Amino acid sequence: MLQRIRERLTPTDIVMWLIGGVLLVMIFWGSVATLVKGVYSARQWIDFLIFGLAQGSIYALIAMGYTMVYGVLRMINFAHSEVFMSGPYTAYYFAAYFYRSGLLESHPVISMVLVFIISMATSTLIAYLLELIAYRPLRGAPRLVPLITAIGASFFLQYMFRGLYGSGFQAYPVVKALEGHMSIGPIRILKYHLLVIVAAALLMVALYQFTQRTRLGKALRSVSEDKEASALMGINVDRMISMTFMIGGAAAGAAGVLYAIMFKQVHFFMGFIPGLKAFTAAVLGGIGNIPGAMLGGIFLGLVESIGPSLFLDGLGIVAPYQLKDAIAFTMLVLILIFRPTGILGERLAVKKA
Amino acid sequence: MKPAANRKFPGIRLGVIGGVSLVLLSLIGIVEAFSQREIISDVISMGQCLLLFIAVFIAYVAAARSISRGIGQTLAAGLTSALVMAVMLTLLVLLGTTVNMRQVLINASPRLFMILTFGQESLGTGIGFIFLAFALIGLGATALRLLPETVRRAVITGAASIAVIGMLQDMIYPILAAWEPIAALNDLLFPGNGLSISGALSIFVIIAAATGAWARKGEAVRGRISALPPGNRRALRIGSTLLAAFVLMVLPHVLGLFLSEVLTIVGLYVLLGLGLNIVVGFAGLLDLGYVAFFAIGSYTVAILTSPELGFYSLNFWQALPFAILFGILAGVFLGVPVLKMRGDYLAIATLGFGEIIRILVLSDFLRPWLGGAQGIGKIPKAAIGSFEFATPQQVYYLILAGCFLVGFISWRLRDSRIGRAWMAVREDEDVAQAMGINLVATKLLAFATGAGFSALSGAIFASKIGSVYPHSFNVMISINIICVIIVGGIGSMPGVIVGAFALVGLPELLREFAEYRLFVYGAALVAMMLLKPEGLWPEATHKRELREAEAGDEDVEAQAVLSHRS
Repeated sequence: MLQRIRERLTPTDIVMWLIGGVLLVMIFWGSVATLVKGVYSARQWIDFLIFGLAQGSIYALIAMGYTMVYGVLRMINFAHSEVFMSGPYTAYYFAAYFYRSGLLESHPVISMVLVFIISMATSTLIAYLLELIAYRPLRGAPRLVPLITAIGASFFLQYMFRGLYGSGFQAYPVVKALEGHMSIGPIRILKYHLLVIVAAALLMVALYQFTQRTRLGKALRSVSEDKEASALMGINVDRMISMTFMIGGAAAGAAGVLYAIMFKQVHFFMGFIPGLKAFTAAVLGGIGNIPGAMLGGIFLGLVESIGPSLFLDGLGIVAPYQLKDAIAFTMLVLILIFRPTGILGERLAVKKA
Repeated sequence: MKPAANRKFPGIRLGVIGGVSLVLLSLIGIVEAFSQREIISDVISMGQCLLLFIAVFIAYVAAARSISRGIGQTLAAGLTSALVMAVMLTLLVLLGTTVNMRQVLINASPRLFMILTFGQESLGTGIGFIFLAFALIGLGATALRLLPETVRRAVITGAASIAVIGMLQDMIYPILAAWEPIAALNDLLFPGNGLSISGALSIFVIIAAATGAWARKGEAVRGRISALPPGNRRALRIGSTLLAAFVLMVLPHVLGLFLSEVLTIVGLYVLLGLGLNIVVGFAGLLDLGYVAFFAIGSYTVAILTSPELGFYSLNFWQALPFAILFGILAGVFLGVPVLKMRGDYLAIATLGFGEIIRILVLSDFLRPWLGGAQGIGKIPKAAIGSFEFATPQQVYYLILAGCFLVGFISWRLRDSRIGRAWMAVREDEDVAQAMGINLVATKLLAFATGAGFSALSGAIFASKIGSVYPHSFNVMISINIICVIIVGGIGSMPGVIVGAFALVGLPELLREFAEYRLFVYGAALVAMMLLKPEGLWPEATHKRELREAEAGDEDVEAQAVLSHRS
């Protein structure tokens, strides 16, 4: 038994496990030290938790688009972060108009729903055009080709919107009804955090039910399982692929408005970091797997908001919050190394990776 | 299958595509920004050139699609597409002059509409001019398509040279002025801002005639060269190599300070591109975190040489080996964990690694050692004896030497056993392993070599700039280098040089580009992948492979199934 293990063990494995081990020990030690020192009160931990949950549900919604497209085309849609940006950035002008005309005050629900619809429509349109123009002609091309196209499309869209709307930060108008805290039992929660969490949860449930229960959802799943067989079964594969992009786009558009509500501003570059995080979330959960993306998003959001204080404070690192992105990316690299199938992933064999 | 209507009227569909592009380019401000540069004095500006190019291209394609259906149909298609574009542009102008769109679309300025209506005071005349111009474009493009092949090529080359010379006037003017006998040409070509009409015409005639002549005689000349005896041929080759070397040596003195600076930037990208070419081009490992090694090289030199931190005070040459060594070590360190990943996953993991390095360098936590957001300054210049590489004209030689070293090494590596192993891994990992190639060693070598080259360029960069900041090492640099390689042609070494000049040199020369640089990059990447995935100067095998992949049996079958369905 030992003999066999020794034979299979390569130097690279040892190095990898060493790196992983060191990181784990650091995380454990840091957490214990932080908790022993007691820098943060229970109230603060709960605040971190809620913030992480809100942020994580946004990541989860964006991750939907990555994971569904990957499931169907086996490509990372790098331009998805720009699909995410386009919606809220366009809807901003409507939100600002509603704010000026007083509609946002008098009918906050109607105007917010309108903003959501505009944002989702824009993102859906952009995702559809993206697939039609940039990706459809490349079916069957070597794998590097669509990936590079996606990077190019991402820049194109980013700077197109910069040219159209300008390069400044735009402050999203604040809805009065969403300001302040509210209490659920003993927990005080910011109202807009609650809105973000509830809205994201509803959308995710709806999306999941759609893919599981409806005929269209079944066709989508079938295309991601096997394109040729689906075509033979009478499914219009090209239309289903378009549909996948559009659904992912709509989810990203909704996530975009939630993001704008939470962070109160939009910018042409706002998609890049959330996009990367959402991709990380999709990989964490197991790419191609929709519940996995939800789980991965929320997990990543939590780690990002709790992680710096929990893991790093105890190690005596100055200003740990600056390193939250580093934590997210380290997690990504670790997951890719140790469990490339992700938390829930089962379908990603070597041939598909 | 496309609906029959589209096939019958290619003009309308293409016209709509062209119209949307024209409107979009106008609204994002690119037309207005480019209009500041005159191509031909008082006749046409660069912004108008851009619109003209797109319109002619669309009308030309529309005409080409219908050429099999006779001259009448061809003319109709060309004209329809042009008129559809004219209508869309007119709608934009009408909308823009009646409603103030600037609250949302910041570039929909009155100046833009002045440019679009040819500076006419009255809106009606302006719109008339638009239709007139587009009718002429439609006719011209169709006529161009109907011309015989050689004449068409001569006309296109001639027109393109006017545009290129007009665009690069800032570069050409000082070069011509530097040399007494040809300085008089400047007065003929560039009397004011942009080319003179007579200058443009003479360029057109000369270039078009030369292209035409080469088309007829070129084959014969090439035949005569290959018919030369071997001795003469070698003499010719040595002669041209010596000439090229001489040109490279005197280049910075001819070009002057500004252009030498541009040349050093291009040179740095060539250096980085050659290094990444080993990883991406030869071994097929898409590395988006390449800038991390560049940063490691720069920071190593900065820490070891800068008196600001005061740890060590080596000189550049003593610090250089450490920089390269750390680069290689980092390459191996990153290489080990990502060995098992492929394609997209590798890209994301390396991207994450690059960001981690940048965030760490930027953080307050490592500030005492790495300088945090303020970076590290006062890095001494490289020097040999009393000759200091300080001005761009001097740094140029340092970079040139680096390029030669890296170019030579990667050229020799490419045809070696390792190089062939890399390419085998690129083609098919499993087959390569079955053939007895040690995947671990091969991939790690690729990472390490690429990282070493990147660290070398980072070291040169640090001594050139004199200071390092974390913001110089963001993910954009990695993407830029990838673009350089891909536009030039993956795996091709001359391609890297061509790509660096096209993507880094041109935007530096054309100040108007600055804001739209990444927009143009993005468009260029997508267009490149759709139209010419092998790049501007492709490597022979790679080109063959991409063309074969398109015609692969399996894909044809799959596509037949799919297209039958839809």
